[in-house]
Amino acid sequence: MIRLEKRPQPSKVWGTLTPVLAVIATMIAGGILFWMLGKDPLEAIRTIFWDPLFHETFGPYSRPQLLVKAGPLILIAIGLSLGFRAGIWNIGAEGQYIMGAICGAAVGLAFYPSESILIFPAMVLAGAIGGWAWAMIPGVLKVKFGTNEILVSLMLVYVAENILASVSQGLLKNPDGMGFPGSRNFRDFPAAYNTDLIEGTGMHWGVAAAFIAVILAYILLTRHMLGFQVRLTGEAPRAAKFAGVNPTRLILFCLGTSGALAGLAGLFEVSGPSGQVSIDFNAGYGFTAIIVAFLGRLHPIGILLAGLLMALTYIGGELAQLMLGLPGAAIQMFQGMLMFFLLAMDMLSHYRVRWKTPVAAKEGAK
Amino acid sequence: MTGDMRQGDALMTLEGLTKAYPGVLANDQVSFSLLPGEVHALLGENGAGKSTLVKMIYGLVKPDAGQMTLNGDDFTPVNPAAARAAGVAMVFQHFSLFDALSVAENIALGMDNPPSTRELASRIREVSQAYGLPLDPDRIVGDLSAGERQRVEIIRCLLQNPKLLIMDEPTSVLTPQEVEILFETLRKLTSEGTSILYISHKLEEIRALCEHATILRHGVVVDTCDPREKSARELAELMVGDKLHVPSRDPAEPGAVALSLSGVSMPSPSEFGTDLRNVSLEVRKGEVLGIGGVAGNGQDELLAVMSGEARAQDGSITLAGEEINTLSPGARRARGLLTAPEERLGHSAAPEMSLIENALLTGSVREKLVDRGFLRWNKTEKFARRIIEAFDVRTPGPDNAAGSLSGGNLQKFVIGREVLQNPDVLVVNQPTWGVDAAAAASIRQSLLDLAHKGAAVIVISQDLDELMEISDRFTALNEGRLARPVPTQGLSVEEIGLMMGGAEDGEVAA
Repeated sequence: MIRLEKRPQPSKVWGTLTPVLAVIATMIAGGILFWMLGKDPLEAIRTIFWDPLFHETFGPYSRPQLLVKAGPLILIAIGLSLGFRAGIWNIGAEGQYIMGAICGAAVGLAFYPSESILIFPAMVLAGAIGGWAWAMIPGVLKVKFGTNEILVSLMLVYVAENILASVSQGLLKNPDGMGFPGSRNFRDFPAAYNTDLIEGTGMHWGVAAAFIAVILAYILLTRHMLGFQVRLTGEAPRAAKFAGVNPTRLILFCLGTSGALAGLAGLFEVSGPSGQVSIDFNAGYGFTAIIVAFLGRLHPIGILLAGLLMALTYIGGELAQLMLGLPGAAIQMFQGMLMFFLLAMDMLSHYRVRWKTPVAAKEGAK
Repeated sequence: MTGDMRQGDALMTLEGLTKAYPGVLANDQVSFSLLPGEVHALLGENGAGKSTLVKMIYGLVKPDAGQMTLNGDDFTPVNPAAARAAGVAMVFQHFSLFDALSVAENIALGMDNPPSTRELASRIREVSQAYGLPLDPDRIVGDLSAGERQRVEIIRCLLQNPKLLIMDEPTSVLTPQEVEILFETLRKLTSEGTSILYISHKLEEIRALCEHATILRHGVVVDTCDPREKSARELAELMVGDKLHVPSRDPAEPGAVALSLSGVSMPSPSEFGTDLRNVSLEVRKGEVLGIGGVAGNGQDELLAVMSGEARAQDGSITLAGEEINTLSPGARRARGLLTAPEERLGHSAAPEMSLIENALLTGSVREKLVDRGFLRWNKTEKFARRIIEAFDVRTPGPDNAAGSLSGGNLQKFVIGREVLQNPDVLVVNQPTWGVDAAAAASIRQSLLDLAHKGAAVIVISQDLDELMEISDRFTALNEGRLARPVPTQGLSVEEIGLMMGGAEDGEVAA
């Protein structure tokens, strides 16, 4: 008989082991899925997880892409994880990402074709402020009127998408673009272009910012009072209030920080890999980052690894579409499975699975 | 053994009942028997296995080994309905009633085959009159007092004509007058042949009511006795298995007023809470002020308004003469006002966090555990170790999660955390609730020691014996109002009952 037994305290070993198990389970279930689609499951898994890094032909192209894709995911997920830890659910990082990109790009484009070295820093600042301001809307509404930040932040994503469509066909449209929607390309605007820091690695400023965010978040959560308050609020809200945590300040801090980081990610993306503000430059990073945050257990180091893994499935997925003709929906399903298995495996860190009967358990206790 | 001698004409016998949970043997070979018409006490500290035992009798838990008989026949209830059908009824410590429904509707919901509403109402009136438990079947449960709610539960049981009635801590929510009414009912029941299995940790009550007691310790029956022939202290020592340390005190001259509330009113922040109405009190250095009252009369709100978790709407709160009503909990701690709320898991401590982190929870300001925003973990760990050592907290180490500690140990940690910060004023709510006798005694002693060193201490508690033992002055909360504090010495049970606001109920029944 299988029984579940609550552990007296969550197991640390299983807490770190479950993401690994979830990845393995995803590979197995994904393999079955690909097999049912008539593909060779081993080849499909290899194409997704191995070829992007080590394939002779694709490797050199895919490897830089890993950092390009992981950078924004990690940057956004780090911000979200702070709020998630405190029980503040910013679901609208996608919107903050878009608004950060628009604000940052607008500042840069306003000075075209200046060559000042101050332009890029000004864009970075504007990007962060854009994302921060967009996240402050659900924040202020929550602390003033008690609205639900999940709904407000999510709905603001669609508002942001419409603003994006509007400005890329209007306000920020390239005057020399012969009527095509989309802004000037930052590749033709060197002072504002987010170039690779090391040629050919994909390591642009956004990736550097992501690594810095990981380190700062780690210090904040383990060594700083504010991080302790974030964790305490998530673990035991009443105890946090008793300890003297100011909920209003914490809500605004968490939403503001996650918004600013999402805005930064948007700015780095639009001024670098994407190159221009266009209707569809946003690749859903803001939503995928939610998965990354949970896959990384809301822990900065975990998020770093999860971001890299998620980027790998993106690149590998594209490769599998290309090489094996797998449908895009199958790849999305594969990524969804990862989240599903992670949440399901979570049980193992809170519960112990027992195969024995209760009588046998008694002897163990004696 | 006594059990064997009594077995012949017993109503119920338990033989070798055993139940194991992971890591703990909750009941180990428990055997005893119940005579018809007796009140049998089940005594033991928290975690001694009383609840597990009665759950097995009531069919909620299946024993791993052992037999039960009822009236000589094998008794193996597969669920509570089977137990009820066999004549076993139980009144739980926590009521399972729907506030929005009437008394009759609530009772009908708990019955296996309820009769029509009109018939049920008349039967409720009959039973309530016969047993001296005044109760109107048409009233909405939400409007009833705790004592009246308990009557609903009892009448629900009595309608089934039980042969055995199990009562789990029935008096914890009652005023002394309501307790007397309850005891009258129980005596009447036993005179009609019903047996009662009575679980309580209130030893004076057991001495007044029960003819026989079975004492459990760590899941094992360690003794049986006639509680009427023992003193409360002897009973307590049987439960603990050790000499009991009785708190001692040297009454000190009270000093200047440390904390004062005047005309404090506050709507409860919680929907089902009780508003504070015009509460005034003063507590002086070196004295212990006891605040009694049945749970839900504003205790949580009173603590919150002092801790800084809530702000008084009217009135003022002064600490050493300084108005503090608008100050945050942290600022109040810095000025010397410390508090310990009732609920340990999730309020005074974060269950999934380590003891070190929990030491930081309230200790950050006074113990200087934070340096320009950065945490001083080494110093915090030392503070946690100091609490563990000074207050004899049983734990493998400060890295363990607070939630993994037993109730008594965690409470010792929580009280120790505040006491070691040398407060000028300490306010504690239910300091020994759900705590074993030995731990309770040491917590009381530490509060007395703190007062002796010159701190002002406020103890909010439902345990009147506790308040009589440690407080210099006594007052009580009733529906958010605070009675005028009076010296504890020479206070009679009747006066206490009146202060707790039980007067109306008592008069109706008398």
